[in-house]
Amino acid sequence: MANEFLEPITEQTFYLNMGPQHPSTHGVLRLFLKLDGEYIVEADPVIGYGHRGHEKMAESHLYEQFLPNSSRMDYLAGLIFNHGYVAAIEKMAGIEVPPRAEYIRVICAELNRISSHLLWFGTYVMDLGGFTPFLYSFDDRENILDILDRVSGSRLTYSYCRFGGVARDVDDEFITATHQFVERLRSRWDDYHNLVTKNVIFIHRAKDVGVINRELALRFGCTGPILRAAGVPYDVRKAEPYSVYSELDFEIPTGTKGDALDRYLVRVQEMEQSLHIIEQALERLPDGAIKAAVPHKVRPPRGDYYFAVESARGAVGFYIVSDGTSYPYRLKARVPSYGNLQVLTEVLPGTLVADTISILGSIDIVVPEVDR
Amino acid sequence: MAAWQNLVNFLGPDLARIVVGVVGVLALVQVNALFLVWLERKVAAHIQLRIGPKEVGPFGILQSIVDGIKLVGKELITPRHADRKLFMLAPIAVFLPVLVSFVVIPFSERLLIRDMNVGVLLIFAFSTFNVLAVLVGGWASNNKYSLLGAVRAVAQNVAYEIPLLLAVLSVVMWSNSLQMSEIVASQSKVWHVFSMPVATLIFLICATAETNRAPFDIPEAESELVAGFHTEYSGMRFALFFLAEYSNMLIVSAVATTLFFGGWKSPPFLGFLPVPGLIWFFAKTYALIFVTIWVRWTFPRLRFDQLMNFCWKIMIPAALLHLVVYAGIIKIVR
Repeated sequence: MANEFLEPITEQTFYLNMGPQHPSTHGVLRLFLKLDGEYIVEADPVIGYGHRGHEKMAESHLYEQFLPNSSRMDYLAGLIFNHGYVAAIEKMAGIEVPPRAEYIRVICAELNRISSHLLWFGTYVMDLGGFTPFLYSFDDRENILDILDRVSGSRLTYSYCRFGGVARDVDDEFITATHQFVERLRSRWDDYHNLVTKNVIFIHRAKDVGVINRELALRFGCTGPILRAAGVPYDVRKAEPYSVYSELDFEIPTGTKGDALDRYLVRVQEMEQSLHIIEQALERLPDGAIKAAVPHKVRPPRGDYYFAVESARGAVGFYIVSDGTSYPYRLKARVPSYGNLQVLTEVLPGTLVADTISILGSIDIVVPEVDR
Repeated sequence: MAAWQNLVNFLGPDLARIVVGVVGVLALVQVNALFLVWLERKVAAHIQLRIGPKEVGPFGILQSIVDGIKLVGKELITPRHADRKLFMLAPIAVFLPVLVSFVVIPFSERLLIRDMNVGVLLIFAFSTFNVLAVLVGGWASNNKYSLLGAVRAVAQNVAYEIPLLLAVLSVVMWSNSLQMSEIVASQSKVWHVFSMPVATLIFLICATAETNRAPFDIPEAESELVAGFHTEYSGMRFALFFLAEYSNMLIVSAVATTLFFGGWKSPPFLGFLPVPGLIWFFAKTYALIFVTIWVRWTFPRLRFDQLMNFCWKIMIPAALLHLVVYAGIIKIVR
């Protein structure tokens, strides 16, 4: 990257620095594009503008102290990251989680997944120039934020999970509100499909655009909707069931081609599956404790541990090395967006500037998650 | 003697008419822009489950005036290494032709500034000027997004001019005149929208593309090119681009009203109502504008190559075919 400006510029080539300040790079991603007219010859995603050193921070924090950091990596699916981190520590320290807490975690994680997908839905269509669906989906998302706000006390970075359970119990109002939300979102699909999914312009903008096929997705370690859109039915919730997902009935939607339209459809179907999961979990929600008795300072035994969960964007893994003290020796977070973003270097060349936006939007990256 | 008489005539009633007309048009353009900005924000807001401006004045109607005052107060920034003269010229060049186009539009039976026998030609000649200003502005900004926006604008506007003119040509053939008042008169029985619906559709689509409105707003696609050709413009210069955009909307809607929707004439079945032609004219024009606003807030944006394919592969052949078919029909009927 050091010599990017040293290459001779001919009349045909045209360098464009898209980002870090650009309306559609979703945060602080910088795309360094080499253009021929409007066609992209080379694309280089430059990351690191949102680097905060979370992994290094973990080494000087107690296990408990790092908890809030986990939901700040991916601010759109904070609760799922939270869940992943907490579950990793529980696996290390051998903590049993009461079933009620597990169910609450699953309900909240799925709500969080829907809120992340709804935000993606809105911003993706806005990237393509349709402004109205954005406000519709944000209106729905607002409901989820209110529901999660009631139980966790925050709207974006939840830090709701605790070692051995969750911070606060849910009440009847939470359950009614969640039921109402499930009904509400189901009644909204028609609007969304009429406005976007069946829109001829949208289909033209998304179909056969940015094909990430099975081979490419596997080579770059893509996970989540991108991998599933390429036809690989891999979902951590099914492949390595954690929490109570093995007791719940849901399907893994997959695509065939791996283009932007497939990724769109996979995410929309995933939202429906999440609603289905939430309904089941609410029905089976057992009574009992919400938190196991856990020592004040967790001291996991010596060794290295890995635990993965499925976030809205793919597999999130926490690899933690413990030296037997109450501070982790090393913490490494495997985040989905990192692999998902790198695939751009292969997919973007040959497409138009407008497609770049469509592809970037369909990949659904969260840059602070990439940078950590 | 005759030349002397002509001069007196010109300096007298004709000049007075033009001066009054231009002042009137200037007022109309400003008020229209203020109103349309408010209307667009209000309509968009209600489409999007919002309320829109509501603080300044009743229903927020004074919001755009306040915004305008703010824009006047802003600093005019010229980017470094920009072509200063062209950069300054572009907003003026984009705005001036707007005024000329209004000269030949018949607002009512008597209210038109000059009834030229080449009215239609004049309007399209001057509306083409818009492209030049956009190109100059995008080029002079010395910004890559502006340049890409300008390139897109030129390609798009030049391409869409062809089917637009072909659609208008059918109307001209039908009414046998380029004079706006004659074209209105030829619709006294049947509006052209009913006698040639396809041409109307082609005209409206191309007019949307000509005015760079969504879903054809690729020259200023904000999610791709930040703000396209006017990325670097600030203050009153930006306001002039903005003013020109809304005035162009008014012009194309007014031209569409004149060419296809019977101009200032009342709908045939409502002829008994004592409503002046001026009211009918503006009612139709703003109804058309409302439709373009509605479309803008409903559809996503097309991609550049799809837009061009749509024009060259669908619109132009359709317009050409339409022209040939109607030429045959006119030949048989008369």
